[in-house]
Amino acid sequence: MSEAPSSSPPEKKGSRPRLSREQEQRRQMLRGGLVALGLLLLQPLAWLPVVRRWRARLRPPGALEETSFLGACIKCGQCVQVCPVEAIVLAGVSDGFGLGVPHIDPRRQACDFSCDALSCILACPTGALSHAVRTREEVHSGVARLARPEACLARKGEGFHGLARGPGFSGRLRYADIDRWHPIPVRDHPYDREVCDLCVLECPIGEEAIRLVPFDDGSGERRFTPRVRHGCVGCGVCEMICPAEPACIVVDARAEHGVRRGRDPHHGSPDQDMRQEGKDEA
Amino acid sequence: MSRLLDQLAIVLGRAPRRPQTFAPAAAAIHASKRGRGLKGAELLEDIHEAHENHTWRNRRWAVLLAINLLFTLSFWVDIQVLEGSLTASRLLGFHLADPYSSLLVALAEKAVPVNLAIGAVTVALFWGLIGGRAFCAWACPYHLVAEWGEMLHTRLARGGLVRDHPLHRATRTVLWAAFAILAFATGYTLFLTLNPIGMLSRALIYGPSLALAWVGLLLTFEVLYARRAWCRYACPIGLTYGILGAKAPVRVTFDLEVCAHEGECRKVCEVPHVLELTIKGRAEEAKMDVGPDCTRCGLCIDTCPTGALRYELKGVKRLL
Repeated sequence: MSEAPSSSPPEKKGSRPRLSREQEQRRQMLRGGLVALGLLLLQPLAWLPVVRRWRARLRPPGALEETSFLGACIKCGQCVQVCPVEAIVLAGVSDGFGLGVPHIDPRRQACDFSCDALSCILACPTGALSHAVRTREEVHSGVARLARPEACLARKGEGFHGLARGPGFSGRLRYADIDRWHPIPVRDHPYDREVCDLCVLECPIGEEAIRLVPFDDGSGERRFTPRVRHGCVGCGVCEMICPAEPACIVVDARAEHGVRRGRDPHHGSPDQDMRQEGKDEA
Repeated sequence: MSRLLDQLAIVLGRAPRRPQTFAPAAAAIHASKRGRGLKGAELLEDIHEAHENHTWRNRRWAVLLAINLLFTLSFWVDIQVLEGSLTASRLLGFHLADPYSSLLVALAEKAVPVNLAIGAVTVALFWGLIGGRAFCAWACPYHLVAEWGEMLHTRLARGGLVRDHPLHRATRTVLWAAFAILAFATGYTLFLTLNPIGMLSRALIYGPSLALAWVGLLLTFEVLYARRAWCRYACPIGLTYGILGAKAPVRVTFDLEVCAHEGECRKVCEVPHVLELTIKGRAEEAKMDVGPDCTRCGLCIDTCPTGALRYELKGVKRLL
């Protein structure tokens, strides 16, 4: 833009020296080149948040491995529209190449598989959410982890009575024994548990994914702890429902374990699960 | 055929050339107009009246808003007619996808998703059969805000506060190829990340985000430095539709006989190079179609004081 004589205050029409056709052409090319260069230089800028992993986003069910996912997503938001609990949201400009790409913030609203059919995968026109994933058990969005064991009510031997997330929480969950087809607000469903086991109780996968197991905390009393197992798909319901603030159990996005084109979607990450189990028993 | 290639070259960035030969009818009209000046006071009156006329612009804005509102309502009120956004959607269950965005995704993925291909071909056929870049003027939300930016630019320019700095039109062709090469080489779709059309469409449907600051930045550049810069010199979606619509039946046609050559149409046109045939002595034929880069926005039709420019549906008798 420095090539333009406009840096000086605008002159009156007519006093500007008339450029020859060739000069004008050359200026137009220079400006065009600079603008094109400027736009293309946004490539490394958009790449930075991705490569530095500023945001470890939990992707919707069936998401390809992170790099392929970002490239394959056309940023249309059809997955957002079909989700019955509106768990899926689109990222903003701070996600770089992740701009307009869907993710789930499970503490706000987890994927509870209310749709049964994996509607987001069916809605995806590009296969960024892979059609190879057909059932909820095949999903590998992430894996749950007991991040704050010291705050876990079950481990402290405490029960839970009341609203899991308080009266102001807007998240929804499908309670099969109340309404098989429609999710209801979590705030409309009070709990009354002798020992807090909400993460286990509400897990859409069941005991293949998480169990409450006895452990010895040295006090001599019988205590329980949630144990994440290899069936965990990373839907995030445990993180959403955990009554502790912040949540004791969180889902780590499993970007490196997403679905790879042509690979078996069943493979999980047994090593990590083993480590988790070993730690709990220690 | 050579005429088509010539027009495609102009879409890609070559400047329109002065014709070497004229059809006899056109030559006769040119000869009859030679030496005659503009018609004077009567024409000035007509020009003044034409500037009050916004018939086609208002119709077009209504259609543009209706299309974008259909997306928004499909989600907000859950009427489920047109789900998704302008980059890809489903109309009553049928896949639709922007052809250039789909191409980039296919290049990045190194695969051709079937639903995406179906959607892209459907959309390409639809706009190709209407009028190529009619998408820009009749559906694109960025086009609308850019029109408002343009109004501001021309007002400021009249006061001498800003000046237009045209870019070379081949910039758009270079960017078209560069975005495609980057998608294939890196696996990331840079264009889809900085595409203001997708951003605006998503903002209208899913709510605004900070990404709108980028749209604001582009608009500021257009207001202060280069008039309609994104649509004229950058947008690869517009270029794609321009090529797809090279033989499209909905056209703006030019009638040499009634043209006063006063040039009001070129002042309002988003892509004035397509209207160079209205310059005195330039039309090869007495009746000509405006080139494929035309967005069929109708501003020239509203503005023309003599009615020399009209919409026409090729192959059928005059539309209006």
